[in-house]
Amino acid sequence: MNLLLDYNTRVVLLGTLLLGATAGLVGTFLVLRKRALVGDVIGHATLPGIAIAFLFAEMFSPGTGKNTATVMLGAAATGLLGAAAVSILARVRKVGPDAAQAVVLGLFFGVGASLFRVVQQVPTGNAAGLNGYLYGKAASLVASDVWLFAGAAAVVLLVVLALHKEFVLVCFDAEFATATGRPVKALDLALTALAVAVTVLGLQSVGLVLVVATLTIPPATARFWTDRAGVMTALSAAIGGATAVAGVLVSALAPRIAAGATIVLAAGFCFAVSLVFGPKGGLLSKRTASVATRAA
Amino acid sequence: MIAVEMPVQQEDSLKPRASEVWATDGKSSADDLSPLAMHGISVAYGGTFALSDVDFVVRPGTLTAIVGPNGAGKSTLLKAAIVLVPATGDVRFWGKPLNAVRGRIGYVPQRASVDWDFPVTAQQVVAMGLYSKIGWFRPVTRIWRNKAKEALHRVGLADLADRQIGQLSGGQQQRVFFARALAQEADLYLMDEPMAGIDAATERVIFDLLADCRAAGKTVVVVHHDLDTVPAYFDDVLLLNRKAIASGPISTTFTAANLKATYGGKIAVLDRSSSIAP
Repeated sequence: MNLLLDYNTRVVLLGTLLLGATAGLVGTFLVLRKRALVGDVIGHATLPGIAIAFLFAEMFSPGTGKNTATVMLGAAATGLLGAAAVSILARVRKVGPDAAQAVVLGLFFGVGASLFRVVQQVPTGNAAGLNGYLYGKAASLVASDVWLFAGAAAVVLLVVLALHKEFVLVCFDAEFATATGRPVKALDLALTALAVAVTVLGLQSVGLVLVVATLTIPPATARFWTDRAGVMTALSAAIGGATAVAGVLVSALAPRIAAGATIVLAAGFCFAVSLVFGPKGGLLSKRTASVATRAA
Repeated sequence: MIAVEMPVQQEDSLKPRASEVWATDGKSSADDLSPLAMHGISVAYGGTFALSDVDFVVRPGTLTAIVGPNGAGKSTLLKAAIVLVPATGDVRFWGKPLNAVRGRIGYVPQRASVDWDFPVTAQQVVAMGLYSKIGWFRPVTRIWRNKAKEALHRVGLADLADRQIGQLSGGQQQRVFFARALAQEADLYLMDEPMAGIDAATERVIFDLLADCRAAGKTVVVVHHDLDTVPAYFDDVLLLNRKAIASGPISTTFTAANLKATYGGKIAVLDRSSSIAP
């Protein structure tokens, strides 16, 4: 396949591979902590940050608004803010975690959408490319992006390896973790920071609307193949990386479909297969059959 | 009101904050020996008091039950002791604050508080009791895995060490939680409803293990729901219904009058209690 020999294609493939694997790694803990939707909140909450960063940059130095680093910084700021807003609102008794997520997601995205109207009227900069952050534009990845992804992936991998047993403990039994003196709030904050980092890195390739899928589908898929959190983490990273590559290849063959969408479709296909055939709780597995018998 | 079988003495080296809280009771040196001494504990949930001004002093080396009707605040009291819920009042462990003695306290949460479909094995759950000893950034090496296995062996689950926890029966799951606390090698165990929803055989096993703990000089506080088994297995009891109704040795505390004061007009309970308590 001469497609693979093309330098640009290889850059895009390597970049999305790193991103997919990192998302699968971090997403495992979001899913195990039962906070998968926080990934969606963070994704949508990046939109106002992108717009604000663009406007600020254009104000001080016209023409620099679309600078990748600037946009990422803004996205990270409001992404974190969104996650913080959820954790604060969730503690209000009359709101609860479920509504808190929906409220924050909608509110932040609404603010972002409003700001985008302003962005499009800025005369100095060309705002057209900003819309690419909604659904991603994997083909626009360049070598410097890949270096950034590689660096970020290394940091994320290091943090996950160093704190794996603590992360698993907090996900399984936060009360016991607190009782034994583990800093549960700090560990949760670290987890949120990792999720924000992955989301911001994924803006360019999969886009903020679909980034939650790259965080949650790989771990949900991996769960059907193992009963061990450690194996699940590694497997989820592998599935994330592999489906990202598969998605980019499909998108290269059918260029009218955004790579973010094809990546999610590839992951979705793996999930569907695992849901049916996975040995650990898949619909056809012995365990599921025995549970059904017991229930009957 | 606290009924502790120890000489009550005034003590001078009293922190001012504590003296305010303990105004009703006076300060006793028993508090410095007690594995868990709680004074003036109040917990408010959205305007209503789940617990109000509770005093509770545990005698060392005893099995102590906390009993009371649903919603009496039994679990809340345990959680208040180790700051899992915010509370006002004073809590001391062997006369010291929680952070100075955390390693000596083993906590067994309610079985229903976790997701048993979680991808961990019985042995991995037990190893979680060792994490503060293992330390940060270190993996669970063979030495620790063996320690976890040992604890599982003590609760009779050595054979099921590698089984995913959802594949265990309710009683086995409870024993896994107990093994995790045993692995901590604590001196004080706080157990939240360990007998809830388990079979009679497991209940027997757990009571035997609790007796072993006591024989080894440890102290165990158990939130308990079954009044029938209280006199047979426990030394002391706290009767709780948002307030401490009575606490102390079974013989003097677990009386029909106190139970009536705790449970109100619930006839079935009173009938049963009058037959077991003189």
